[in-house]
Amino acid sequence: MEFPLLSIMTFLPLAGVLIILATVRGSGEVADRNAKYVSLYTSLFTFAFGLYMFANFDGNSAEFQFVETSSWLKPFGINYHMGVDGISMFFVLLSVFLTPICIISAWDAIKKRVKEFMIAFLILESFMVGTFCALDAILFYVFFEGVLIPMFLIIGVWGGARRVYSSYKFFLYTLLGSVLMLIGLLVLYAQTGTTDIPELMNTPVSSSLQYWLWLAFFASFAVKMPMWPVHTWLPDAHVEAPTAGSVILAGVLLKMGGYGFLRFSIPMFPEASAYFVDLVFWLSVIAIIYTSLVALVQEDMKKLIAYSSVAHMGFVTLGIFTMTSQGVEGSIFQMLSHGLISGALFLCVGVVYDRLHTRELSRYGGIVSNMPKYATIFMILMLGSVGLPGTSGFVGEFLILLGTFQVDTLVAALSATGVILGAAYMLMLYKRVVFGPRENRDALAMPDLNKRELSLLIPLVALVLWLGVFPSDVMNKISPSVDKLIAEYNEKLEKAGIEPKQANELTFLVDKKDLED
Amino acid sequence: MEDFNLAPLLPEIFLSIIAMGLLLVGAFNGNNATRIVSWAGCSGILITILVLLGIGWHKQTVLNGMFIIDEFSSFTKLLILIGSLGAIALSVRYIIDEGMERFEYPVLILFATIGMMFMVSSNNLLMLYMGLELQSLSLYVLASFHRNSTRSAEAGIKYFILGALSSGLLLFGISLIYGFTGSIDYTVIKHSLFIIDGASIGFTIGLVFLLAGIAFKISAAPFHMWTPDVYEGAPTSVTAFFAMVPKIAAMAVLMRLLFEPFASVADQWVQIIYFLSLFSMIVGAFAALVQEDIKRLLAYSSIGNMGYALIAIVANTPEGAGAVLLYILIYMIMTAGVFGAVLSMRRQGLAVTKINDLAGLSQTKPALAYVMFILMFSMAGIPPMAGFFGKLAVFNAAVAQEFYVLATIGVISSVISAYYYLRVVKAMFFDEPADKFDTSIPFARRVVMFVSIFFVICFVFKPSVFIQSSITAASSLFAG
Repeated sequence: MEFPLLSIMTFLPLAGVLIILATVRGSGEVADRNAKYVSLYTSLFTFAFGLYMFANFDGNSAEFQFVETSSWLKPFGINYHMGVDGISMFFVLLSVFLTPICIISAWDAIKKRVKEFMIAFLILESFMVGTFCALDAILFYVFFEGVLIPMFLIIGVWGGARRVYSSYKFFLYTLLGSVLMLIGLLVLYAQTGTTDIPELMNTPVSSSLQYWLWLAFFASFAVKMPMWPVHTWLPDAHVEAPTAGSVILAGVLLKMGGYGFLRFSIPMFPEASAYFVDLVFWLSVIAIIYTSLVALVQEDMKKLIAYSSVAHMGFVTLGIFTMTSQGVEGSIFQMLSHGLISGALFLCVGVVYDRLHTRELSRYGGIVSNMPKYATIFMILMLGSVGLPGTSGFVGEFLILLGTFQVDTLVAALSATGVILGAAYMLMLYKRVVFGPRENRDALAMPDLNKRELSLLIPLVALVLWLGVFPSDVMNKISPSVDKLIAEYNEKLEKAGIEPKQANELTFLVDKKDLED
Repeated sequence: MEDFNLAPLLPEIFLSIIAMGLLLVGAFNGNNATRIVSWAGCSGILITILVLLGIGWHKQTVLNGMFIIDEFSSFTKLLILIGSLGAIALSVRYIIDEGMERFEYPVLILFATIGMMFMVSSNNLLMLYMGLELQSLSLYVLASFHRNSTRSAEAGIKYFILGALSSGLLLFGISLIYGFTGSIDYTVIKHSLFIIDGASIGFTIGLVFLLAGIAFKISAAPFHMWTPDVYEGAPTSVTAFFAMVPKIAAMAVLMRLLFEPFASVADQWVQIIYFLSLFSMIVGAFAALVQEDIKRLLAYSSIGNMGYALIAIVANTPEGAGAVLLYILIYMIMTAGVFGAVLSMRRQGLAVTKINDLAGLSQTKPALAYVMFILMFSMAGIPPMAGFFGKLAVFNAAVAQEFYVLATIGVISSVISAYYYLRVVKAMFFDEPADKFDTSIPFARRVVMFVSIFFVICFVFKPSVFIQSSITAASSLFAG
């Protein structure tokens, strides 16, 4: 038997939980500190395994790697099956990278029930990694929905004033979407006799059924993503969640929706995906424009970033359903980049929130003079979110628009306005917080970033810039899997006699595949 | 003909002797013996479990075809015995604390258990009725066991009147079935239904009455009205027993009737069960939303849960029957843990049962809060807890037979019911602490809660054992 790398990464955080439960007794400062250190080291170890996985991942292969199989729900023929390919590997990496950052960010910010917070976070990490590694649909579902439990607690126990309402809304919204997917999964299982994801990808499903199943899965992923009009839980959840919760919510949990589209909807229901392309496109366009406009008028920093997340996720869904290699690769890249940037932006909000205990934009202003380091870092991240060339935000958005343009020029043009609106609200945010009138004395008295905060933000900023300048380091590992996904998608459509959506004949100008040929 | 073979009856005989012996012990020593009688009853059940495991589980009928033993009956008997064991273990300290320390209590649970064992092994409508009445009469007394409490007395009366009504319906149904098929023996009924090829109208009416009677016992809507009042009024330890065990027996009886003698008229009963299931899920989901009392909440939750279990009966397949068994197995173990926690809700020596009384429990008594936390999520069917796999099996069985609407309504009502389970979690974790609960939780109750939690959490790692054994047990109903 091979070294079970993915299982170790999935269950190591749970081992950390057991260590905390077994060794950390009582409450008080010492116990809290021990719990923090145990969880920090556990998550760092997990991250080390993540780096090992990254180093040993064969970027030329589109196959699943580090595969593990053992019997699990034997009477149903459902196996414990784990593995990663170019699509999922970076999400795993993102999860294990952001978790230690979140734990450090909570170091001083979380003051009550520290032990429980750390336990919830480690459980959350375990489920997140499991979600992206699972190669069995039921196993995926177990992790996917299990995530709700720790997140519910994180919002509800350590959240802000309206935490109860927000945590309920988060839980019930996502649960409703998920259970519909469960029914879809069971129907799929009844029809094909398997829940193994690679097998399901190669098992054709009848066209009439595909539409229903696609909608059932869509219900889940669209809520998780979140797409307009089922995005309303996100601003509430973000505003009330503690900083670390917001970071992980924006950084990883939203990506589960996009990952679900790539893993389930497109390879398993290609005909339905082709059929519903326009629906997704227009929902995405509405999301991009509408939520950007909503973001413009927000007075709450977290709410503003939350709405910007919805807009950015609109780009992601757009790119995925273009089914061009640029669009899909751009979407994956955009998800990774958004995970880093919005995570870091929430950390930035957390930094000033910890000092002033308010997220009202009007309570800040002019802090560039007393917090120069903060202003610099915030600027890089803000520009990354806008999509300035040289940051990771640019690469993703550009590729998505490129991909979209090949498929639907109108949609591409409309969604490009989102980039402009994005610049408008982010610059407005930056102006009002960092520059602006020097009126609020308490804001001007805030100390600059301390070492702990710098240690959180610098890796994120470095990655944002690195990915902006050398995107190919990541792209090369993503491409083979994406190419395979698209090739199989087109093959299945051809078999069914359906033309993939094409807008014009300019395709050959931008399709790098054709250039190579 | 058949030999006079009593070997398959050994568990029942043994438990009856124990129960009557303990009654004598109690009669001679008075109420001081309650504790001894309880623990002796527990050991008696433990030995009965061993006896049950020792006898052969292969299919055979004895007592002129009145009594059947097969893997299905043995499996459900095992569940019933384990449930009763848990119920007695949960009760001992409680009945002392509540000042109703009387030796009849464990003895009545034992008699009810014997009645249920006969119910699941009956191969004859008369035997079914005898077992049912032995069980019911013991339960009526148990419901009103807290003699000084008017609520308990009210619960007993209510349960008795509605229970008697349901027994009447059941008997009426039985007599119609007897009239139109010519027998009360399951094997003969099956044969004659097969011969007359389709049900006569009289038989169908009989079937409806019979099913209504059983629906009362499993508290499926619209025959659920007694449940919340009885759950609330009866002493909590008795409620725990009600929630865990008698439903298994009634469900098993239902399954045997539907899958064996009535298998050939499935098109008649599938619709009835379909609507029972639908109503139960909806009533269980919506009515529980507004409850303030945790016992009433659990009553509606149990109505909903019976609805989910019935989904799999509608599927009418061995997999579906296996799913029902798995579901009630998991449900029983979860319920044991939940009631362990509810029984521990005491303030200054008095039992409290409001959801608000749980406020801030995670800070005042974290261990108890986490037990309740895990069980609530399991009840809501959130993975990776055991409760999810019960629901998975049930919905899978329904979807496999293309009952998409039923399964979809099922999952949606499970989302609605998640709301009230979350209310309990919210009270414990999000609210500011109320006054502390009394500290002492007796050892036996701790053990029950630990077993329950351990099962609920660890089920995900080794699910195959339980799934396989429930499917095997259920398949024996379809063997021929």
